[in-house]
Amino acid sequence: MTVAPGTVRRSDAARRRAAAGRLPLALLVPAGLGLLFLVLPLVGLLARAPWTTLPQRLTAPGVLTALRLSVQTATLATLLCLLLGVPLAWLLARVDFPGRRLVRALVTVPLVLPPVVGGVALLLVFGRRGLLGGWLDATFGITLPFSTTGVVVAESFVAMPFLVIAVEGALRGADRRYEEAAATLGAGRWTTFTHVTLPLVAPGVVAGAVLCWARALGEFGATITFAGNYPGRTQTMPLAVYLALETDLQAAVVLSLILLTVSVGILAALRDRWVTGP
Amino acid sequence: MSADRPLLDAHLVADQHAFELDVRLRIAAGEVVALLGPNGAGKTTALRVLAGLHPLTAGHVTVAGVDLDRPDRRLFVPPERRRIGVVFQDHLLFPHLNALDNVAFGPRRHGLDRRAARARAADWLDRVGLDGYARRRPRQLSGGQAQRVALARALAVDPALLLLDEPLAALDARTRLETRTELHRHLTAHRNAALLVTHDPLDALVLADRLVIVEAGRVVQEGDAATVTARPRTDYVAHLVGLNLHRGRGEGHTVRVGAGLALTTADRVTGDAFVAFPPAAVALHAGRPDGSPRNTWPATVVGVQRHGDNLRIQLDGPLGVAADVTPAAAAQLRLVPGQAVWAAVKAAETRAYPAGGGPGPG
Repeated sequence: MTVAPGTVRRSDAARRRAAAGRLPLALLVPAGLGLLFLVLPLVGLLARAPWTTLPQRLTAPGVLTALRLSVQTATLATLLCLLLGVPLAWLLARVDFPGRRLVRALVTVPLVLPPVVGGVALLLVFGRRGLLGGWLDATFGITLPFSTTGVVVAESFVAMPFLVIAVEGALRGADRRYEEAAATLGAGRWTTFTHVTLPLVAPGVVAGAVLCWARALGEFGATITFAGNYPGRTQTMPLAVYLALETDLQAAVVLSLILLTVSVGILAALRDRWVTGP
Repeated sequence: MSADRPLLDAHLVADQHAFELDVRLRIAAGEVVALLGPNGAGKTTALRVLAGLHPLTAGHVTVAGVDLDRPDRRLFVPPERRRIGVVFQDHLLFPHLNALDNVAFGPRRHGLDRRAARARAADWLDRVGLDGYARRRPRQLSGGQAQRVALARALAVDPALLLLDEPLAALDARTRLETRTELHRHLTAHRNAALLVTHDPLDALVLADRLVIVEAGRVVQEGDAATVTARPRTDYVAHLVGLNLHRGRGEGHTVRVGAGLALTTADRVTGDAFVAFPPAAVALHAGRPDGSPRNTWPATVVGVQRHGDNLRIQLDGPLGVAADVTPAAAAQLRLVPGQAVWAAVKAAETRAYPAGGGPGPG
């Protein structure tokens, strides 16, 4: 096939112009830089990983313990957040009560509060001499600080707003006429909530729970302040990374790599299955 | 239940955006009533009040002798405890349930176990001709199928009163025709009362035994289809049924309608009266017609539209009327806007009736 050189050049130029028209450079460049900024540290982690000694390091006694504790506490914290956060989100989305805007602002405080401050605040309430801590200890014999339960509490405190915001948004977006249809078919309010409202907002709840779990898994500041850093009891992966950083950089890299793999793996699996559904 | 007491007895008074709704409704067992009116007339508010989705401010809702909403006695039965089923305009089938479980939803809430509820649902899907579609999700159904599932879902709990909110409005013309026929079959078989809310006169005429017409929150006319179509009482109803309607003073066989024009009518009527005649009864002439000098007046063409095989001519003059003429006649008379013509109506084709003695135009 013979094509005149002029024709080719013109069609190429036209194609370039069309492409440039669709993808403005002013957006492409910062977008690329942003992606690079987010990905480079991960590349650094992979580049510096001690791949040869990896098997021994992975099976070192403290590593698996910290990983198991992290996954367990993050999962428990997510369950606690679901149990309390979904009704809270419903309250904010559906019940028109005075001071609702203030309550909504209060719910999001842990998002902007430095986690260490959150840990201090938790100590002031649930600590041995805290507002509720003394009473909890004397009445039920429950001591939260410096315990595994304390880790769950600290993680829940920091992660719950993610769930509440996601679920509240989903509830606001849900068509309430489905609930009316359920009522005309004889469903009471609770049945309507469990059988119609919740299934309708399920994608939002799952998305919120995933975010909540990821935030809990990475929680550091509130945990170390409120629950301390006891291996096997309160030392989660982020804490182990921090501790390892002071003694053995390579161990810190390995721990970070594991944390990265677990969180990316689970997020990717859940996203494909639930979050980006049609 | 005694035979003379209506299944539904309601006086609906409720606030809505522009005006107050104030409508009295009585529906007998086995009767299908259409609530017909222009958009924003308060039809949907009336339906929501009956279903318990919107509270009354005054009046009452009584179904089968049981009070469901009585603001004066602070009595309000929530929607889930009323024996009232609703078919919504855009079906509102639960998207997370398949067709069978959508229909089984009501029976489950009424105490049937899962197996019995599904059996009843399967039976209802069969009755609406969708027995092969039980496993389909709502988004896998066509608009007409979804509306039939919605009908099955509402009927599966055997409601004393069935409410249908523009059930055919969201469908395309062809599906509409089929679904209307299907709906007619089920409404005829339904032993209890049904209220159809619609702005489509065809739906109302085909499906309902009786029409209640509301405008701006008030009943302006009610009666069977024959009466309403023959004797419209408002411009809206006249327009719906395609009649010219004028109000004037009856003096025997003439009705004086405005500026010096008296129409001779076949019917005898005295006092405040309506005159109605179809557009096809209006003949147009280039000059003043000879012979019968009665019922003719000079007019000006203000609009020309296609209307079936004919043209519908809007006329201005002492009487604003619509006239249907053949395209040939229109060409011969050069009927374009601005053209002066003479209009004539035969007395035999008019109908005159008193304006009093019923809800007048409001």
